[in-house]
Amino acid sequence: MKVFDTRFELTGFLAAAAVLLLLIPGLNAFVPEESAMHVSGFQLSLWGKYVTYAVLAMSLNLLWGYTGLLCLCQSMFFALGGYAFGMYLMLMIGERGAYKSPLPDFMVFLGYQELPVHWVPFYNFWFATGAVLWVPGLAAFIFGFLAFRSRIKGVYFSILTQALTYAVCLLFFRNDFTFGGNNGFTDFKEILGADINAVSTQRWLFVGSVLLMGATYMFISWMLKTKFGKVQQAIRDSENRVRFSGYSTTHYKLLIFVLSAMIAGAAGAFYVPQVGIINPGEMTAAKSLDVVVWVALGGRGTKFGPIIGAVAVNLLKSYATRLYPDSWLIILGLIFILVVLFMPNGLVGLPEQIRGLVRKFRRAPEAGLKEIPVSSEV
Amino acid sequence: MTLNPLHKGTSLILSVDGVDKSFDGFKAIDDLNFYLKEGELHTVIGPNGAGKSTFMDLITARTRPDKGRIVYHGPDGHDIDLTKTREHHVSRMGICRKFQNPTVYNSHSVYDNLLLSLNVGRGVLDTLFYRTSKSDDEKIHDVLKTIRLEGRRNDKAGALSHGQKQWLEIGMMLVQDPKIMLVDEPAAGMSDEETERTGELLVSLEGSHSLIVIEHDMDFVRQIARRVTVLHQGHVLKEGNFEDVRNDPKVIEVYLGRQQRNH
Repeated sequence: MKVFDTRFELTGFLAAAAVLLLLIPGLNAFVPEESAMHVSGFQLSLWGKYVTYAVLAMSLNLLWGYTGLLCLCQSMFFALGGYAFGMYLMLMIGERGAYKSPLPDFMVFLGYQELPVHWVPFYNFWFATGAVLWVPGLAAFIFGFLAFRSRIKGVYFSILTQALTYAVCLLFFRNDFTFGGNNGFTDFKEILGADINAVSTQRWLFVGSVLLMGATYMFISWMLKTKFGKVQQAIRDSENRVRFSGYSTTHYKLLIFVLSAMIAGAAGAFYVPQVGIINPGEMTAAKSLDVVVWVALGGRGTKFGPIIGAVAVNLLKSYATRLYPDSWLIILGLIFILVVLFMPNGLVGLPEQIRGLVRKFRRAPEAGLKEIPVSSEV
Repeated sequence: MTLNPLHKGTSLILSVDGVDKSFDGFKAIDDLNFYLKEGELHTVIGPNGAGKSTFMDLITARTRPDKGRIVYHGPDGHDIDLTKTREHHVSRMGICRKFQNPTVYNSHSVYDNLLLSLNVGRGVLDTLFYRTSKSDDEKIHDVLKTIRLEGRRNDKAGALSHGQKQWLEIGMMLVQDPKIMLVDEPAAGMSDEETERTGELLVSLEGSHSLIVIEHDMDFVRQIARRVTVLHQGHVLKEGNFEDVRNDPKVIEVYLGRQQRNH
């Protein structure tokens, strides 16, 4: 089964894989630290974070770009995956915490005598890894089932997802919810027996994030080429037509929603050990809106756009928050407005847009009537 | 005219018995009785707001009636109550519709538009692992020929003209092997020549398919009309052949007369 559309795409994919999987980790491992070519562990973690953001953006694009569902709780799925993996990391701290207790520090602080039952299985790495997928997946399934069955769509769906993330965020802020309240989880020590702050661990986490991104990219590319993917895009264009062609659009949307949540959860699980902290701040409504901006900026409904958008905005954020800490949000808002107004296809669509403008400029004297697009939604 | 409720074993394929439907107190459909014979081309006309589109929504289970029965007399002799069936199941039974505005998948190719409309596995797993079979491909080609879009098979549907989109949507019905085709204003926005060809196409489907065609354009209705039902305020005002209907004083008053005054 062919996954890539063009040879160019395949070449680009392989080149990116070579750079991200061989060159950058190699520069970190084998080039001495004094050298200008050396990539530090800090840099690796930073780029690893961008990569997980890119995966998060791809998961939203699967919903928003290809199915027409603007989901405003994508960061909640990301954080749920992060929390699930963070539970494992918290338990791996063991008695090295500030209170020298086998319980996580926040539990000692809050007066817990023993570990809550639902925490116990998270001693097992594989259980935690599974939870990274099924916890967000289950949340998406329950919410999606109720929302799609009631035919909630368009802006109402968006508003409801935003309300959902807000509610869950408030829940996680509570101390008695057993997930560390507003401090969340931090101060991790080890992962699978390896020191989490060691450069070699950071390297592996970076490689893992890149592999996740590559796998997600290939999975989405494959899916878009199947008839399933075509139905998915048809739902975006005209859901009624799809339904009256004999498809249960509810089933399709539900599956896509669950898949998208699981991808976001996996990204969150790679995010947490690289950033070293997870707290309810990750699931505020604003965080999910950030993801929307990345996707819009990079190019909604394109395979590569979300990656570009996520990395570009976060690179810019890293610099802007250092240079102009007070005006970062204004800069971000301006970018979003400009993109929506002038770049409907985002950064990825820019070359084609410029070509179109050049063509129009050249042809201007003999310009004919442009075809008026007819709305197809009933 | 009195219409007796009919049961299976007759030549009917669809019965609509005493159906009422109100929206916020407005009675869109009022005690409607309508019977479609197998293989018949039945034209429905009526002024704006007569309930024509609601009528189609009711048959395709997009809206549920407040009262009354809508029964599909299936080919194997089973009667199926469409008021208790979900939309996509109605469609899978072979009752399909063309919307008033041409509704096609603009970002898909003409070929893919037809591919998605095929009457094959429509579950989530079926489509994930679907591979185009030879017979499916041939069927799509036949339909492309019928709707005269062979030359545009790889073009995006969004790039088609309004009339071509109407044809494509008719093709999307045909490729499903429909039992009943509900065609809402097929000639809207078409040139005279396209309109005439559409009429020929619909007439050629008569016999092998059962069709309900809703139309406004009286010249077009004259071309295709066999049995005509006039709807007025959600109720059947008159049923008969085109000439009977056209000469009926009540019909002239509510519909034709109004149209003539407008012209």
